[in-house]
Amino acid sequence: MKEIPFTIASFNTFLSERKLMASRCSSCGALWLPPRPICLTCKEDNMEWEELSGKGTLVAFTVIGVGPMPMIEAGYGRDNPYCVGIVQVDEGPRIGAQILGVDVAHPENIKIGTPVASDFVERGSWHFVEEVAKARKTYLAFRA
Amino acid sequence: MDRGKHRLGRGVAIVGAGMSAFGIRPDVTNRELFAEAFADMKQSVDKGFDQQDIEALYVGNCGAEMWESQSVMGNLCADIIGLTPRPARKIEDACASSSVAVRDGVIAIASGLYDMVLAGGTEKMSSLSTNWTTMALACGSDTAYEGSVGFTFPGLYATMATAHMHAHGTTHEDMLQVAIKNHNNGALNPKAHFPMTIKQVMEMRAAKAKEKGGAIPAWADEMEFLNDPRYNPVIAWPNTLFDCCPVTDGSACLLLVAEEIAREFTDTPIYIIGTGQASGHDLHDRDTLTAIPAAKNAARQAYEMAGVGPQDIKIAEVHDCFTIAEIMAIADLGFFQEGKEAATAAYEGKTTRDGVKPINVSGGLKCKGHPVGATGAAQMVEIFLQMRGEAGKRQVTTTDIDLALNHNIGAHGTTAVVQIYERR
Repeated sequence: MKEIPFTIASFNTFLSERKLMASRCSSCGALWLPPRPICLTCKEDNMEWEELSGKGTLVAFTVIGVGPMPMIEAGYGRDNPYCVGIVQVDEGPRIGAQILGVDVAHPENIKIGTPVASDFVERGSWHFVEEVAKARKTYLAFRA
Repeated sequence: MDRGKHRLGRGVAIVGAGMSAFGIRPDVTNRELFAEAFADMKQSVDKGFDQQDIEALYVGNCGAEMWESQSVMGNLCADIIGLTPRPARKIEDACASSSVAVRDGVIAIASGLYDMVLAGGTEKMSSLSTNWTTMALACGSDTAYEGSVGFTFPGLYATMATAHMHAHGTTHEDMLQVAIKNHNNGALNPKAHFPMTIKQVMEMRAAKAKEKGGAIPAWADEMEFLNDPRYNPVIAWPNTLFDCCPVTDGSACLLLVAEEIAREFTDTPIYIIGTGQASGHDLHDRDTLTAIPAAKNAARQAYEMAGVGPQDIKIAEVHDCFTIAEIMAIADLGFFQEGKEAATAAYEGKTTRDGVKPINVSGGLKCKGHPVGATGAAQMVEIFLQMRGEAGKRQVTTTDIDLALNHNIGAHGTTAVVQIYERR
């Protein structure tokens, strides 16, 4: 799969295929999620794509009532808050994502250490300009 | 390998410092706010100066493209104060924009290129609704992996707060104590966005409830008021409204000169003896979520350059965009140990105006306000006033402030600037 560039666009295309893909450095073996074109450990640009299990653990989170525009357009707000957090995947690296299946009405009950599995949600795009923002995209999420 | 001398080529001093009133300023644009800060700065230069001697302008501005649909803020600020055709540039590093602008001005003088520069920053934020301002600020996150999945700025810091609570047993009341302390300070700052103590805010809300004829809330103290979700709603759990700095319009600037000419302008220049800047990863790629690695790195650079340590610093202005940010800052700077000691410092009175290490005597971002592109320069304005004994009712009198520090974070810690100041 080496011919697919290690870009944000490639990562997003994989998400639209419901695949969580990382980049693994062929030089030193370090694993990067989100994928990177250049390894931070050995600084080489010798990556390979690797599909992850999607299993992980919640390491930090928040429940948001006042979201950015794409979340407001997706129906979230003070009366319908959402959880986002940092997940450590079983393979090692961490990534931020929306966390589904947790008690957003009682954030004090959401526990760091909760096991989660990857999920995929569709929303509008991140942009100030409406003609760009209206394009639907698949975003990573995790479900408790 | 460690190349570079990590020293300034020559000394640099602040001889003037000024800021606009901070608050909601529908009457003015960024450039006019900057002109207001410039006028305030001019009258602070004890022996005066010739404006023709300003050789360059460095303006921090985070997002006029978003809030005013206006770029090129450097030359617009130069134009309105009559600095054209001097070179002017805008510097953007989110909430650290103006500290980076000042630091670039310092480096330009230290290089020998200029003897006098004007540096500062400006931000006009009240022109967008809360929803769009939330979006504009979140553009300072990594929007590929943070903003777009739903993180906001209150949310990014709240995420660090849950990690801090989990790792150190930090409580939300520990965080709210920072807000109480900083409002106690800012109540004495006539330029603050909300020059009121939280007790005064509480009394105002109770009076309003009475006026409306409803049930009068009977809060025993500020903490009970802050724990009332009807009056202090959650923004991004655990961050409530009073954990968050306000959305503010404002500008600040400083007149920087080469050390050897500083006394032509004042008998009490404030020397910049240490300056550090670092970059940092997104939250997910950091080794820790309970500290800001870039801030630790910038602090180490500044301490090493200045040849002093955290114990030598008498007062500090730190980046309290959210209450948890001050708790992390005072640990990252080495003032207190990460964990319980830092989390309870405000409650124990260690960081109050008369405490062992006064922090944010201006009111901080929390109370003074946080016009993001002006904040770092505004921190330096406070340091300039405090070190010269000119801070009025909020003047720290328990210690002789010969050394002070400012700590300014860009975004959620992807930029950090720490500088150390000396009065000789």
